[in-house]
Amino acid sequence: MTPDTTATADALAPARATAPAGRLRRAWRQARHRPASAVGAAVVLLFVAVAIGAPWVASVDPLHADWQKIRKAPTLAHPFGTDDLGRDTFSRVVWGTRISMQAGVFSILLAIAVGVPIGLVAGYYRGGLDQVIMRLTDAWLAFPFLILAIGLVTIMGPSLTNATVAIGLGATPTFIRLTRGLVLSKSAEDYVLGARALGAGDLRLMSRHILPNIVSSLLVQATISIPIAVIAEAVLSFLGLGVQPPAPSWGTMLNTAQQFLDTAPWMAWWPGLAIFSLTLSFNLAGDGLRDLLDPRDY
Amino acid sequence: MFDFLVQRAAISVVTLSVISMIVFTGVRMIPGDPARVMAGTEADAAGLEEIREKYGLKDPIPFQYLRWVGLALRGDLGESIRTRESVVKVVATKLPITIELAFLSLLIAVGIAIPAGVLAAVRRNTVWDILTSGASLCGVSVPNFWLGIMLILFFSVRLGWLPASGFVPLWENPLDNLRRMLMPSFVLGTALAAVLMRQTRNSMIEVMSADYIRTAYSKGLAGRVVVFRHAIRNSLIPVVTILGLQMGALMSGAVVTEQIFVVPGFGRLIVESVFTRDYPLVQGVVLITASAYVLINLLVDVSYSLLDPRIRVKGSAGDA
Repeated sequence: MTPDTTATADALAPARATAPAGRLRRAWRQARHRPASAVGAAVVLLFVAVAIGAPWVASVDPLHADWQKIRKAPTLAHPFGTDDLGRDTFSRVVWGTRISMQAGVFSILLAIAVGVPIGLVAGYYRGGLDQVIMRLTDAWLAFPFLILAIGLVTIMGPSLTNATVAIGLGATPTFIRLTRGLVLSKSAEDYVLGARALGAGDLRLMSRHILPNIVSSLLVQATISIPIAVIAEAVLSFLGLGVQPPAPSWGTMLNTAQQFLDTAPWMAWWPGLAIFSLTLSFNLAGDGLRDLLDPRDY
Repeated sequence: MFDFLVQRAAISVVTLSVISMIVFTGVRMIPGDPARVMAGTEADAAGLEEIREKYGLKDPIPFQYLRWVGLALRGDLGESIRTRESVVKVVATKLPITIELAFLSLLIAVGIAIPAGVLAAVRRNTVWDILTSGASLCGVSVPNFWLGIMLILFFSVRLGWLPASGFVPLWENPLDNLRRMLMPSFVLGTALAAVLMRQTRNSMIEVMSADYIRTAYSKGLAGRVVVFRHAIRNSLIPVVTILGLQMGALMSGAVVTEQIFVVPGFGRLIVESVFTRDYPLVQGVVLITASAYVLINLLVDVSYSLLDPRIRVKGSAGDA
């Protein structure tokens, strides 16, 4: 190493060390400017904590039926009341968080895992392959999200895993389209052309030069998609096509609650409020993230 | 303009062919022997064989597909396993109910979203803007089936103002029909309104900063005239596109809403056909839904090009 480069490296070292701190400071500044998004992000983290710590947050077994306590209004012992089988609604809402989060996050991860590579290839190689992929994607998009999910669950059978896969596959075309569009615009950028001129291969161009530059937009799309997936899981379970009873899913809880609206309305309040607050917080946090990561694209 | 239409129509035909293949393959992937499903549990081997012969289930798959498409193009989607009624006939009785529901919710959505979106854009960064954005965010986040349940709890169970479920055909008793359709349409309309409101606001803000709006102001036109005569029309172009894309969401919403309010429409038919494993019906309704979506978006594209001449100019130049 020549003295010159050492000097440059030395000069860069503190800058590198302060980079994460700078990013944190920027995030904090953003949070102060957008208190609603900060609250949203905090509530999302709270839901994550509840999902992970469900056994500690809810000490009562969510499946334990107590025939003495059927449809009891909220009390101190059962803050959210009990359901038609005398099970603790609070416990069930807490454990339901785990199912909703799991379905929401994993389905979108699946959509990203399938959609991003396909979109990348379509946008990068263009031509006939792109045409074929895009026509398939158009056809795929023509099936309304829920109807596609219902169809897939019919083929695969109702369960949480199958509902997650169905929701993920339903969300995939959005990621294919988005990735393709982003790749098309980035491929024409000077730095990509420069890297190509320097002899970088297709794989290197895609993974090292294009992908890192579109990640933030994909992340924003993911935060928009997760709440939609959470609602989709609740809807599938509500229709009896997702999580099967007695497992505590917010959707199945609402399905049961519908039969007891006049005698036990609290059975419908809490699971619904849980879905609403989770999706609202995701949307609030997503808005903030979009401004933070992608100020130009939106 | 003609070139643009031909090009868009050709793409739609390709998309529709792919859709038909997906639906056909999808239904054949459902576990179980279709002959056994059609024959019921008591059929013997000879009975099953007869059904396979009759419905051509022994023919090669591509041949079966082409025959199915041929019949579908002539308006024959087979018959329901359960009721033996023609799929097209079943759909024809259910579809008008869902179209009425969709139309009413569209009215509610547009009635709320466009004035609110325009107000939020014109009075940007005021309390109106914040209220509208908040309402829009809540509308996107609230699960519509829960909203439906809450409305039933409040307006039917508590106040007893509106019937919780049931359906009366429009032509039998229009007033009762509207009373029963009010809550379902509102539930379906709010989600759409939330999306449209945001889009209207954004596109109105963009239009309001355009040069010709500045010119309109500088020549002394009143603010009201500028907004109503100059800005709204142009700001609605992207809103129309979003409306087309939202048709799929509206259809998904109808499935759930009809389930909650026991409206015997197309959405409920989809769920029923899935639960009763009525495959020809599932195949038919899914095909019709997806085709409707493609055709609606084709119409949106055409109307878009009528509203904005630049699009068809590009189209005829061959670069759209």
